[in-house]
Amino acid sequence: MAETTLRNTRARMSSRLEQGLVVIGILVLLAAPFFVYPILLMKMLCFALFACAFNLLLGYTGLLSFGHATFFGGAAYFCAHAVKVWGWPPEAGILLGVAGAATLGLVMGFFAIRRQGIYFAMITLALAQMFYFFCVQAPFTHGEDGIQGVPRGLLFGLLDLNQPLNIYYFVLVVFLLGVFAIWRIVNSPFGMVLRSIRENENRAVSLGYSVANYKLAAFVMSAALAGLAGAVKAIVFQFATLTDVTWQMSGEVILMTLLGGIGTMVGPIVGAGLVVGLENALATSGFPVMIATGAIFMACVMLFRRGIVGEIQARWTARRERGSGNEVNV
Amino acid sequence: MTTIFGIPIQAFLGQLLIGLINGSFYAMLSLGLAVIFGMLRIINFAHGAQYMLGAFVGYLLLVNLGIGYWPALILVPLAVGLFGMAVERLGLSRLYGLDPLYGLLFTFGLAQTVEGIFRYYYGVSGNPYSVPPLLAGSTNLGFMFLPNYRGWVVVASLIVCLGTWLLIEKTRLGSYLRAATENPHLVQAFGVNVPLLVTLTYGLGSALAGLAGILAAPIYQVSPLMGSDIIIVVFAVVVVGGLGSILGAIVTGYVLGLAEGLTKVFYPEASNIVIFVIMAIVLLLRPAGLFGRDA
Repeated sequence: MAETTLRNTRARMSSRLEQGLVVIGILVLLAAPFFVYPILLMKMLCFALFACAFNLLLGYTGLLSFGHATFFGGAAYFCAHAVKVWGWPPEAGILLGVAGAATLGLVMGFFAIRRQGIYFAMITLALAQMFYFFCVQAPFTHGEDGIQGVPRGLLFGLLDLNQPLNIYYFVLVVFLLGVFAIWRIVNSPFGMVLRSIRENENRAVSLGYSVANYKLAAFVMSAALAGLAGAVKAIVFQFATLTDVTWQMSGEVILMTLLGGIGTMVGPIVGAGLVVGLENALATSGFPVMIATGAIFMACVMLFRRGIVGEIQARWTARRERGSGNEVNV
Repeated sequence: MTTIFGIPIQAFLGQLLIGLINGSFYAMLSLGLAVIFGMLRIINFAHGAQYMLGAFVGYLLLVNLGIGYWPALILVPLAVGLFGMAVERLGLSRLYGLDPLYGLLFTFGLAQTVEGIFRYYYGVSGNPYSVPPLLAGSTNLGFMFLPNYRGWVVVASLIVCLGTWLLIEKTRLGSYLRAATENPHLVQAFGVNVPLLVTLTYGLGSALAGLAGILAAPIYQVSPLMGSDIIIVVFAVVVVGGLGSILGAIVTGYVLGLAEGLTKVFYPEASNIVIFVIMAIVLLLRPAGLFGRDA
């Protein structure tokens, strides 16, 4: 009895702590543009949302997609084209990007979920490469030049996104909404089914869940949210280029998630911040980014597969359990 | 002029030959992937990087030490094979027993690092590697001119594929390999050094990639990008063929190379995506792949 109460108190304390950390994190992000170059921050936020969307699939459904650049870069192209050529307002362009990414996700997912594990990764990679070749040849992407000079415009006809602080807070709101959506999905009954598929697919099938439909739904959601990140990035940077649809970009988002911690809520955000920050630092030093990211990749896989946040969480849990003095064998 | 489906027969056969050459490389590389996968149960993402490494080692041997094509044909696979064995001992061997996706991610990081290093030192432009004098020139086949070197590549790749297949299916070492694939613990109990066998297998797969690289050097330019360009196509080949069968990997490689060549004749715009389209169709009709056994 006393044991349970103690544990409940501890659980409540730790969830208080989590809430506190989230509030601090949001406050830091609100104040950040006054101290750090906003463009860099916005880039971090876009990639953080991208990595969180990717983690919805890898961390909570157990599917490693090697083709997420398709949704990120594809949405950037759709949004940039709609805003620049058709003169759509930014919010409509972003919605088109999300819808386009979701459609691409539906098609890619339809094929990819027919196989599992390693094959799933290879199929998504191959289909993403196909989309890359499409982007190289399709006239609306302007090939190597990309779509440049995309106007930021007025959000809902009111808010001028050319003001640095306006666009920063807009990106921050989108980021927070996106992460909140992922948190809601993960902690919903639907998310629980996804986790059960990750843990034991056959058992999920035997319990009567149509695993294929769940996987496809998770794939489309992940694609749509990755698209949201890509479309917002196109508005922020005012261009969309081939870089965002290459397989290296798919690899980069895997790295961000792996470095931060697969299957943790905050991990991909930390990972994205670190990778973007590192690339930013290396850009001026002349040291090739590819070598650095490749080496970090190998180090993560060899040394800390749980990622930075995952390791911290694991140690924290271990310490708490040692502290409370009961052997937990669940 | 003779035509076939309204296309001059020379152009038709020329594209078919290019398809056959590409198919030779797809076959050699997917063979190596299948050999490695059979034993280690991982997909070697670094296969493209090892292919590029093969071409570069050959190029550097020639430029720095004056060692020509023929000795390189032996030295390059040895060097790349040793590199592979070191990678297996130091890295991959610590990842067995984990989700095989970690092997994929590790080799992906390795591929990026290797490519990054060569990009840093040699840029992204190609370096020419001349055809060895013995194979210079071309032969008139009556209906078309066949460059001798390209003929050699087709023959050499057939020999390599056949040799590897014989090694695995018909020799004692190959039977150990196949047995260890089925049940490593039992084979180890019989006194076979399975970890060594695994290291040798990864070395063999890497050596095959290196050999393909040096064979490719005189045809394509020696460039740091050559590995990542080809590896994704080879992955699609492997999905189509299924990794279960060595012969399946070889046959699929050649067939898809030819299919790519044919597409170049009739609808050039689609030539670099045709393999992916075929992959999608195969996934719809036979999700396990043409020669696959696993679901």
